[in-house]
Amino acid sequence: MITTNEILETIEMISQQHLDIRTITMGISLRDCGHPDVKVCCGKIYDKITRCAKDLVKTGEDIEREFGIPIVNKRVSVTPVAVACECCDTEDYAPIATALDRAAAEVGVNFIGGFSALVQKGFTRGDRRLIRAIPEALTATERVCSSVNVASTRAGINMDAVAIMGRVIKRTAEMSRGQGCAKLVVFCNAVEDNPFMAGAFHGVGEPECVVNVGVSGPGVVHSALQKVKGQSFDVVAETVKKTAFRVTRMGELVAQEASRRLGVPFGIVDLSLAPTPAVGDSVADILEEMGLESVGAPGTTAALALLNDAVKKGGVMASSNVGGLSGAFIPVSEDAGMIRAAASGKLTIEKLEAMTCVCSVGLDMIAVPGDTPAETISAVIADEAAIGMINQKTTAVRLIPVPGKTVGDRVDFGGLLGSAPVMPVNPASPRDFIARGGRIPAPINSLKN
Amino acid sequence: MKAIVTVIGKDTVGIIANVCSILAQSGVNVLDISQTVMREYFTMIMLVDTAGCEISFAELSELLKKDGAEHGLDIRIQREDIFEAMHRI
Repeated sequence: MITTNEILETIEMISQQHLDIRTITMGISLRDCGHPDVKVCCGKIYDKITRCAKDLVKTGEDIEREFGIPIVNKRVSVTPVAVACECCDTEDYAPIATALDRAAAEVGVNFIGGFSALVQKGFTRGDRRLIRAIPEALTATERVCSSVNVASTRAGINMDAVAIMGRVIKRTAEMSRGQGCAKLVVFCNAVEDNPFMAGAFHGVGEPECVVNVGVSGPGVVHSALQKVKGQSFDVVAETVKKTAFRVTRMGELVAQEASRRLGVPFGIVDLSLAPTPAVGDSVADILEEMGLESVGAPGTTAALALLNDAVKKGGVMASSNVGGLSGAFIPVSEDAGMIRAAASGKLTIEKLEAMTCVCSVGLDMIAVPGDTPAETISAVIADEAAIGMINQKTTAVRLIPVPGKTVGDRVDFGGLLGSAPVMPVNPASPRDFIARGGRIPAPINSLKN
Repeated sequence: MKAIVTVIGKDTVGIIANVCSILAQSGVNVLDISQTVMREYFTMIMLVDTAGCEISFAELSELLKKDGAEHGLDIRIQREDIFEAMHRI
């Protein structure tokens, strides 16, 4: 029998420490939806998504009620559209985004990911068409998320794609007053089973349909660390690990249940400490709890390294199917502590870049001045891709050059996306560097120093 | 199916009777009860069997929540599996 204390502890985690299932994401293959006529293709996509995901939201709500654990988001990810729709005889892929948006609205999910292309080694015609359509697609739709993988450890960095993505981000920002950029991620080493938006897509090695679950819980980790104040890092690591274990076990249970009810195979549990703007749901608070006056202070990278690693260790002990990004996210606009530190100037983009060497993803939800040149954004992407490529990890960039805004202004993205202070970017120009194009070769995998 | 009912709030007369009568009316069997008053806070945990429950789990959950709100209590019902998963290897 479970003890009273254990029951009360679980209830406290849910009611006071924001423990939740952040997302149940259904991955759906669109590989059988291609058709030369884009209208037919859009119809097939809409039909397949609405057929596969018709019970997703209701099932999520049922599980939420029975287990008494909030399931914040229900989402869908699909095969990268550039792959699925390569055979479409059209120059304009924006209508496909509209079809995805309509399907998402019909099944009641708040985001659908997969308006994506994988171009780490080069472009196909479909890839180019898709990337060209991103600004319009993200402006015209509400729920569609887009991602482009421009680099990998095995392929190197496609610097032509890096240059193009700088311009695509600028254009998207101009057309959508910044909002569209919150739904656009540029990756290195993108993972195929990530359930978290905006970077989710259903990889080509994935099955027909699959359920992935993303668990979160920065508040729970923070609260656990408050109980071991002043103790050594051995105790800190152990505490994070144990907490991550519990949270992942809950995720696994929900994932198995969702998979059984939907009649769809269970994919992975992604244990990511994903903050929200709510007070007490912050990764920055955890780092500060370890003894830093503010996130961004010297020591932040070490604190984050410990956190990220301990989260993974607890997670893999709890489930044999831990996958996705699993670790700590450090989005600025979605984390009250990061916002505070960025607004006070204690957290800079350069420090965030260092933190991405040891966190689970990358430079995330950072607002920069609207007049930041496209090549500067490309160069930030290149730096981030280099970190991922060399360290064999996923990195990503989600920058928002907000039109008309400058350093010191504040931008509100609404809901889970939060709000962010516009952060300064180094003004020195990388124009000639980005103009070179070509490919940065894949790194050597021996002689590690 | 086994579930855990937790009742947390300010101690008043008749809490147990009230919750038990809702459960009984719904055909839910109580297997175990533990109850304590910490400071002035009443905490009750019940292990129940919902196999004979005549209404849906969602309806029962809503009924308990509503009754709790009327009496200034936080009443939850959750499947037992979630506690097992989190606290047992």
